[in-house]
Amino acid sequence: MKILSSEITPEKIYKNRRKFIKQLGLTSSVFYLAPGLLNSTHASNNLTDYNYVTSYNNYYEFGTGKSDPAQYSKDFISNPWSITIDGEVEKKIILSMDDIKKLFPSEERIYRLRCVEGWSMVIPWMGFSLNKLLKKVNPTSKAKYVKFESVLDPEQMRGQRYPILDWPYKEGLRIDEAMHPLTIMVTGLYGKELPNQNGSPIRLMVPWKYGFKSAKAIVKISFVEKMPTSSWMKASPREYGFYSNVNPNVDHPRWSQATERVIGEGIMSPRIPTLMFNGYEEEVAHLYKDMDLKKYY
Amino acid sequence: MLRYSKIFVFLICLWPLCSIIYQLFYNKLGAEPVDKIINHFGEWTLIFIFLTLSMSPLKKITNSTIWIKFRRMLGLFVFFYASIHLLSYVGLDYRFDFQPIINDVLKKKFVFIGFAAWLLLIPLAITSSNKMMRILKHNWKKIHRLIYVIGIFGVLHFIWLSKTIFFKPLIFLIILIFLLLFRVTFNKSGSKV
Repeated sequence: MKILSSEITPEKIYKNRRKFIKQLGLTSSVFYLAPGLLNSTHASNNLTDYNYVTSYNNYYEFGTGKSDPAQYSKDFISNPWSITIDGEVEKKIILSMDDIKKLFPSEERIYRLRCVEGWSMVIPWMGFSLNKLLKKVNPTSKAKYVKFESVLDPEQMRGQRYPILDWPYKEGLRIDEAMHPLTIMVTGLYGKELPNQNGSPIRLMVPWKYGFKSAKAIVKISFVEKMPTSSWMKASPREYGFYSNVNPNVDHPRWSQATERVIGEGIMSPRIPTLMFNGYEEEVAHLYKDMDLKKYY
Repeated sequence: MLRYSKIFVFLICLWPLCSIIYQLFYNKLGAEPVDKIINHFGEWTLIFIFLTLSMSPLKKITNSTIWIKFRRMLGLFVFFYASIHLLSYVGLDYRFDFQPIINDVLKKKFVFIGFAAWLLLIPLAITSSNKMMRILKHNWKKIHRLIYVIGIFGVLHFIWLSKTIFFKPLIFLIILIFLLLFRVTFNKSGSKV
């Protein structure tokens, strides 16, 4: 499905529309607002400015500085692109980006993004629930986890020429986490195509987990039996666990996770308290019932 | 001549402060201004530690004592920028809310070691005058060797707060090791002679 340029809403209208919807106190059926966003005690529900969303990124494939991804991903070519879904499935499939766009129309999802470093944004993503994509295959009874693999392309990605992380970037979810309707595959933001620095052409977004769980530029999704080891788990197992749910009560070993700084709010605005599961507690807490979240961090 | 060059160096040393004030007034601090300010002064504190530690190697390499005449000023700038760094953390980031800060100092090793480094700078700043040098005599040198500990603490502080050592913390570590090794090797060859 092609999006006409006339259908792209300018940013300012977007923001006003958000305000309007909030004033009415209802959510539009077209614009899906994550339930946690409207009725939370979170101080900031304002969308983060497009310029910040696209210039302040952690994407080590393009360098470890926050402005590196925007600077060094300019010439990144992500066309043609395809995603392989394999592993513990009856029959593996390969879907091209065109297939994906045709099969899964994007809708807007406004989510909070909480980085493990202690900052946050609110971003209007364009995407679709991952479960729609996963339902295209039949997992075998062995399948318990879903593993995600990002592209390996040191020619185009200067960061991959150094052993910063275990390349290609790997992440993982439990199947029930992957099937949760809030877990989405992202193909755009602010009604536009997904910029290179945000993980073009397709990335994951799991809003109740720290940002690094949401792998960018995904080329492979595998159903697996054993818990996958993510790149960050491999880099520092004590600091980055498999679950990595946003949790103000479980600190990173080296810094606190109790509060966060909101991007774009300016120098005078204070830190705000971080919410359990990043404010999506009502929707996802049941996934972790009876689990010791200090142990399974 | 020396007086003018001292004034000149003094003004150059104010550059990190001026650049932040400029960025503040022209709204160029970016997405996370508080973080930017804290990191900026933290990094410049380390750079001034390195500059201070470079003076005596430069003296030996160039066979000129002129470098030592700038060392005190550079050292005081270390204290100056370290204090702004600390103040921006306490004031801008935590708005003088001391409960979480005390918690951080006690629980988080990167905050603890950074704070310890700042505390160690205080006696050096206090004893930096000629008068104190005369009063303390040979003890002065002993006290001021603390700058090595402060340098190590400072770089550890940087490494521990970073998500990965690539690349800035690694570069800072290499510079520190280089500057410290210089002392070890020089002292060894000195004692042989």
